[in-house]
Amino acid sequence: MAAEAASARAAAEAAARQSYGKLVAFLAARTRDVAGAEDVLADAFAAALERWPRDGVPDRPEAWLLAVARRRGIDAVRRRLTREAGQDHLALIAEELEAGMAEQEIPDERLRLLFACAHPAIDPAMRAPLMLQTILGFDAAAIASAFLVSPATMAQRLVRAKARIRQAGIPFRIPERQELAGRLTAVLEAIYAAFAEGWLDAAGTETRRRNLASEGLWLGRLTASLLPNEPEALGLLSLMLFAEARRAARRGPDGAYMPLAAQDTGLWDHAMIDEAERLLVVASAMEGLGRYRLEAAIQAVHSARRSRTTGGTDWPALATLYEALLKLTGSPVAAINRAVAVARLDGPRAGLDALEAIGDPRLADYQPFWAARADLAAQLGDREQAAAAYDRAIGLERDEAVRRFLLAERDALDRGTV
Amino acid sequence: MQYMLLIHVDEAAMAAAAPTASPDKAYEMGQPFMAYNEALKKAGAWVAGDRLAPSSSTTRVRMLGDRTEVLDGPFADTKEQLGGYYIIEAQDLDAAIQWAARCPAAQNRAVEVRPIWKAQ
Repeated sequence: MAAEAASARAAAEAAARQSYGKLVAFLAARTRDVAGAEDVLADAFAAALERWPRDGVPDRPEAWLLAVARRRGIDAVRRRLTREAGQDHLALIAEELEAGMAEQEIPDERLRLLFACAHPAIDPAMRAPLMLQTILGFDAAAIASAFLVSPATMAQRLVRAKARIRQAGIPFRIPERQELAGRLTAVLEAIYAAFAEGWLDAAGTETRRRNLASEGLWLGRLTASLLPNEPEALGLLSLMLFAEARRAARRGPDGAYMPLAAQDTGLWDHAMIDEAERLLVVASAMEGLGRYRLEAAIQAVHSARRSRTTGGTDWPALATLYEALLKLTGSPVAAINRAVAVARLDGPRAGLDALEAIGDPRLADYQPFWAARADLAAQLGDREQAAAAYDRAIGLERDEAVRRFLLAERDALDRGTV
Repeated sequence: MQYMLLIHVDEAAMAAAAPTASPDKAYEMGQPFMAYNEALKKAGAWVAGDRLAPSSSTTRVRMLGDRTEVLDGPFADTKEQLGGYYIIEAQDLDAAIQWAARCPAAQNRAVEVRPIWKAQ
């Protein structure tokens, strides 16, 4: 019963966010004033979050919000908003209600809003927070705790970014064909950044951060549904689903870190992996090659281990995919993973050579580089190098469970069990 | 909306590049700018645009009580100086960015795109 109530509550909250984001986008796309749109809907949204879980989601959620915004909020908003744009929103709401717009679906302008949030004139670090606030209605405090900055700082940055959208004249439009790919990359990067913040908290101890992975998925679903012919939008959603599907298996019962190869595939969410695979098949049939499709394909190879018929991991495929990703992005992270795949294929010496050939100065502070190096050196019997590399890796790791895992590996060296 | 495109130039570098030209000559509008101005006008985006005389010719004025203080030289000594501007009519920031990118000054230095708050 408690679980049912919780899921009903979650569904009602999702419906409230869905309608709220649609209305903010609808109003803001017409006035360019995101803050004003949020202001006129704030009271109605708060009422929806409180009432819908209890009384159920109304038949026409957007009409409900518009009506409540007008009935309850407008006098207060009128007092609060002296600027002209606030009046524009009120006039728009009144017009829409009178036109009986709520009878039909209101046009979904959230894609335009996503492109405004990820406009090149907006600070890249603020793009994901802006999306979470304007599309999903999260308050600055919740976003701040997920991004590990103070609520006051986050609130101030959000206000500034919204003022910038209005004052600089950042358009609410879907970019033309020739610029769509570049601009879409910025939208997808922001969504992936939100997801990755949540993903970092594997244990799910910080609820706020764990939720961020779900919100990233939500935004990914929205973008993929609004741009069903954009292979990278589908690729990103596929990638996030593959990763999220393994959440329950990433920690052992005692909270210990479980590397991918040691994970119990029975704990993976197979429905989610199935969905990720279907999306990847659709995206792969489309033209071109992109970062997210490649990364999703890599995750698909790892996930294939769940099948009884194949069982193992297809290392040659992984080496090829990482090679392609490295060529496409020049990412040192792809280079490390490629080296690890090479080690599986051609032995630890070849892997270590590949690692050392990367020569990117940023790797000096990158934990997985040192962990990979330590593991390969240990396989070659070079305990001294392995121990030094483990020490570097342990010093760089923020996650306590991963640190404990690395410490155990290092201890195994000392005991000579490796 | 209206936007101002601010073109900052390195006057010292310009003087070094054309040491024989008189200061007036160094600031003469080149052919690419004439073509750009023409394009702005044809598109109906042109509002205003001029180059500015060298910053050495500038004068600063402020009131100190009821006394007028007049100082020569620019407000701040910077590596780059404001050398010219355009005021354009553009639908939104994307359109303004496209005009800024086409400006010949964007070839070798950044052009600042600033929205204008119209006086009522």
